[in-house]
Amino acid sequence: MLPAHLRNLAKTGREVVVSVPEADITQRRVLDALEAAFPVLGGTIRDRQTGKRRAFVRFYACEQDLSNESPDAPLPPVVAAALASGAEPFLVVGAMAGG
Amino acid sequence: MQLIMANTDSKDQWQLRRRNPTKGKKGERMTQVRVLAGTRKGAFVLASDEKREKWSVTGPHFGGWEIYHLKGSPADPNRIYASQNTGWFGQLIQRSDDGGLTWEPVGNDFTYAGGDPGTHLWYDGTPRPWEFKRIWHLEPSKTDPDTVYAGAEDAALFKTADGGASWTELTGLRKHPTGPSWQPGAGGLCPHTIILQEPRIYVAISAAGTLRSDDGGETWRVINRGLLSDGIPDPDAEAGHCVHHVEAHPARPDTLFMQKHWDVMRSDDAGENWYEISGNLPTDFGFPIGVHPHEAETLYVVPITSDSLHYPPDGALQVWRSRAGGNEWEPLTKGLPQRDCYVNVYRDAMSIDTLDEAGIYFGTTGGQVYCSADSGDSWAPIVRDLPAVLSVEVQVLP
Repeated sequence: MLPAHLRNLAKTGREVVVSVPEADITQRRVLDALEAAFPVLGGTIRDRQTGKRRAFVRFYACEQDLSNESPDAPLPPVVAAALASGAEPFLVVGAMAGG
Repeated sequence: MQLIMANTDSKDQWQLRRRNPTKGKKGERMTQVRVLAGTRKGAFVLASDEKREKWSVTGPHFGGWEIYHLKGSPADPNRIYASQNTGWFGQLIQRSDDGGLTWEPVGNDFTYAGGDPGTHLWYDGTPRPWEFKRIWHLEPSKTDPDTVYAGAEDAALFKTADGGASWTELTGLRKHPTGPSWQPGAGGLCPHTIILQEPRIYVAISAAGTLRSDDGGETWRVINRGLLSDGIPDPDAEAGHCVHHVEAHPARPDTLFMQKHWDVMRSDDAGENWYEISGNLPTDFGFPIGVHPHEAETLYVVPITSDSLHYPPDGALQVWRSRAGGNEWEPLTKGLPQRDCYVNVYRDAMSIDTLDEAGIYFGTTGGQVYCSADSGDSWAPIVRDLPAVLSVEVQVLP
């Protein structure tokens, strides 16, 4: 699920579907698949130079804040299962930071 | 459209004038003026005919995003580039091929070339690795719509030759021997001025100073001799000056005019030497400086109270004009608020059109964009309530 600015940029709806094998779900793979589907999002969620999450972007799923987890760590099994089944979305969120 | 350039009298008043197409009768083509305003919350396109009295306003384009700069290609005015940024989602470059009606994002990979970028000085005087943050200024080539130069914070110069699809750093600027001593101004380590006289290029950086390349951006030399800045340990240091904006008249490429943090300066030898022309200005702090398109000795500045009071003296917004190349200035106030006005005018927020009676435009942090259709004698707002205006560029269309 994308925030409004990125939906506008990608010219898509609030929710987009990407394909990642359930056994290998990591944040990096989810985001790689997202950027492959929508190249215009390159650099908007992760810094182009460092590959790190941009400071005011957050990643949530199943009411858990995954933002500070390693991008290469497998997601917790319950989260991975919920994402794979489509029961829960992986949320890309613009942090609450004024503006 | 025909352009005429001529030295018309003994006062060295150059003329670069459009020969106007037939006008006024129904159905005949009219010259159009298009003002591109970048703001804190989007871009706006303001359009009028050559009378510059009635305006249409379209936007916001990219609502909610900071638009540091938009600029059209001199070679194809309907090709416009925009720098789009937020603290949340980073930097994008947008391109329009139809005069701002529709836009498409192009490349946004501004990776510094050559691996380890090295360091510059941080605010506390410690070394800090160069890090890309945003594009402050876009300068399209005069001859090729696909070629654009981009000034990046931290101070670097990028170039595209494919309409923005890909960007390559011209590393000679960032790797100048004085680079490790450059320190950001309050707004960041930003290259905000790019003057193309290809193969010559001038760049100004806050707070490094002004640099010149005579080989298309491959190599650079610092050109700050004559600048004095009390805010740095050595006031006449080779580098470290907070230059706010530089302009040149197209007919006099070696003559440069500079609004520095404090001081209005001039060079007549391509930046080799600078001298002060602040003269009778009420304050010589400010951000933009403009040069009249037909009169190479006519200048415009907007005096701002001080570096800690970023608003006009006494709450009176005034553009000051010199018709003598500096030192002798006159206030232009007709139509501008002369009380209770506490806005600022940023460095890229002034532009001047090339019609016979030149139009002067500037935008404020209060969201007004003002126009003078008579070289500054009188002013009227085009719009009053935009978000804070970061940049103003004007185009004259046949």
